[in-house]
Amino acid sequence: MVSKTVTQGFSFNILCIGETGIGKSTLINTLFNTRFENEEASHYEKDVLLRPHTYDLQESNVNLKLTIVHTVGFGDQINKEESYKPIVEYIDTQYETYLEEELKIKRSLCNFHDTRIHICLYFIAPNGHSLKSLDLVTMKKLDSKVNIIPVIAKADTVSRSELDRLKIKIMSELVSNGVQIYQFPTEDEAVAEINSSMNTHLPFAVVGSVEDVKVGNKMVKARLYPWGSVQVENENHCDFVKLREMLLRVNMEDLREQTHTRHYELYRRCKLEEMGFKDADPNSQSFSLQDTYEAKRKEFLRELQHQEEGMRQMFVNKVKETEAELKEKEKELHERFEQLKRLHHEEKKNLEEKRRELEEEMNAFNRRRVAAETLMGQALQGASQPLKKDKDKKK
Amino acid sequence: MDAIMLQEKLVERLLCPRVRTAKQKEKQYVGFATLPNQVHRKSVKKGFDFTLMVAGESGMGKSTLVNSLFLTDLYKDRKLLNAEERINQTVEIIKHTVDIEEKGVKLKLTIVDTPGFGDAVNNNECWKPITDYIDQQFEQYFRDESGLNRKNIQDNRVHCCIYFIPPFGHGLRPVDVEFMKALHEKVNIIPLIAKADCLTPTEIKKLKDRIREEIDKFGIKVYQFPECDSDEDEEFKQLDKELKECTPFAVIGSNTVVEARGQRVRGRLYPWGIVEVENQSHCDFVKLRNMLIRSHMHDLKDVTCDVHYENYRAQCIQEMTSKLAQDNRMESPIPILPLSTPDVDTEKLIKMKDEELKRMQEMLTKMQQQMHDKD
Repeated sequence: MVSKTVTQGFSFNILCIGETGIGKSTLINTLFNTRFENEEASHYEKDVLLRPHTYDLQESNVNLKLTIVHTVGFGDQINKEESYKPIVEYIDTQYETYLEEELKIKRSLCNFHDTRIHICLYFIAPNGHSLKSLDLVTMKKLDSKVNIIPVIAKADTVSRSELDRLKIKIMSELVSNGVQIYQFPTEDEAVAEINSSMNTHLPFAVVGSVEDVKVGNKMVKARLYPWGSVQVENENHCDFVKLREMLLRVNMEDLREQTHTRHYELYRRCKLEEMGFKDADPNSQSFSLQDTYEAKRKEFLRELQHQEEGMRQMFVNKVKETEAELKEKEKELHERFEQLKRLHHEEKKNLEEKRRELEEEMNAFNRRRVAAETLMGQALQGASQPLKKDKDKKK
Repeated sequence: MDAIMLQEKLVERLLCPRVRTAKQKEKQYVGFATLPNQVHRKSVKKGFDFTLMVAGESGMGKSTLVNSLFLTDLYKDRKLLNAEERINQTVEIIKHTVDIEEKGVKLKLTIVDTPGFGDAVNNNECWKPITDYIDQQFEQYFRDESGLNRKNIQDNRVHCCIYFIPPFGHGLRPVDVEFMKALHEKVNIIPLIAKADCLTPTEIKKLKDRIREEIDKFGIKVYQFPECDSDEDEEFKQLDKELKECTPFAVIGSNTVVEARGQRVRGRLYPWGIVEVENQSHCDFVKLRNMLIRSHMHDLKDVTCDVHYENYRAQCIQEMTSKLAQDNRMESPIPILPLSTPDVDTEKLIKMKDEELKRMQEMLTKMQQQMHDKD
């Protein structure tokens, strides 16, 4: 059976939640000793987004289909009340896909790519005092849906004494608020001892680095500071090795099992109950499912029709309204036109009158001119007449 | 070491008057060259005051840095809230005052703390209490200044606000940008990169460049160091240039003294090394301290009085006079200057009437045209 599962390959899905720039991609790169491509995120995203990437890895004949999901823009918004919603939706969607596959008539679960999140790494910013309010709210929403392992990111900014205090404070806050984080299993004798000791070191304080630095005469992964170098794999410096052990080498299978048997079952039960399907009668299970499905479908279609009718009515009403408006406007325009016409008419009349008056004046003026001319003509004649008379007299 | 010695030399030069040269001795000596001395004596006798506001998310190391800067412990009985209590926390304003004396010079230092900033889940307008506080101090000074008895005016105006930017991100976050934009016209802002011991030198440089870029991009007016006089010597100018290129300062604070390289210094002890707060190659704490206390404290106060307070005052007076003109009230707490700006309403009316006239003229010309065509 083991060889069969080996040839099938394993799938493992990790969800990383943390503020922008907190070191999620770097830690994953360090964990898997590869450089997965990842672009730097911006601080100005309006909403929280989730970006999944799937990679196929192989180590000593074991194939691993690794899916890493990062949150983008988490913690950047000014109002973070809705920040947890996209994350919860994503997790639920993966469960939904698996549920659909499970309920199919013809299903191929062995070849199915299981995208359910097996582990959620929650990156806590090392602010020195305790958890942030956003961290508490988010983890509370997720603890019943997915295995959570909180880690303290960028732990090279916390000194040893501060770190102990911080770990105690964080754990006590989680406990007092009823947040259930993943506990490493202690039933299996082989791993009980190491697991229980690891449980006391939660949350792990991690430092990530993919750069090699020369320390002594070896090249190790480290961060180089002017005052010293923080070696990632040195257990005195940080808990990276512990995280890797727990996550990958010891408990990976347990994580997958827990996801399937606890979280997924919880989701499935809630979802099926919603659909109106109860466990009471095991014989008629498949039938009632079909019936309820049909009933729901009919209801849904009826609602759609109803909505369509409503929209059509609204449209018709709107058209009527606009028609009425336009008609009124037309009337108004007509009236204005009439008014203008009348004004124009009046003006024209006035002008005509004036013209007539002018003409009369002109005529009067002409007559006077003619009269004046005739007078002048007469005057001239009169002037020449006496001359004639003189001539006659002289004769 | 050289840098520190140089700075001390220069500070001494500022405090002592210039030595008279032989040439000057020949001229008639009136004696007002001792004025700087007199000013110095009077100010030392009066003492100085300085109000510093610290703002930033909780856990950024603000209290530790303030303690390191002034070598006091201002936060002995502090109560820190749990994460659950902080979900809906509002911002408070808490003042701590301490009198420090050094070499005969007294300083009354007031630190204005802003616990709760940026800690709630919904941080909409979380900077409002802070802007209100600053305005209140301006208003109080304005009233005192305009009052009849001006003998003992208490100057509570905020001279400088240091803002802590978390080093965990890639640059400024929206809440940082909004805060600085709400305050940059009211107070001198000095942004700092907090907890700089989580960044390697390359990362620090990258982050500083990024932040400077974003400050330009968003048009945030942070406090600018004044240009040095052209007659200062080259080394001073070089120091000044380095100082300006180093902003925003990447700082580390510490309340504990550790043993490093045979000396007892303030620092943080890690398994991989010791971070020394006053080591210039570890962080910019020394630069910040020198800038804030040793060289630019007075300039910060001047800019607050000359620029930010005057802006506030002008705005206030304009609001008051326009409001009074509308209400037509005769009494006022201060004498009103005649309005040089015309009343907005009448201007609007005039404009409307103008437009109407123009429209009627156009209509007339059109109608005349029409008649002309018809004829």
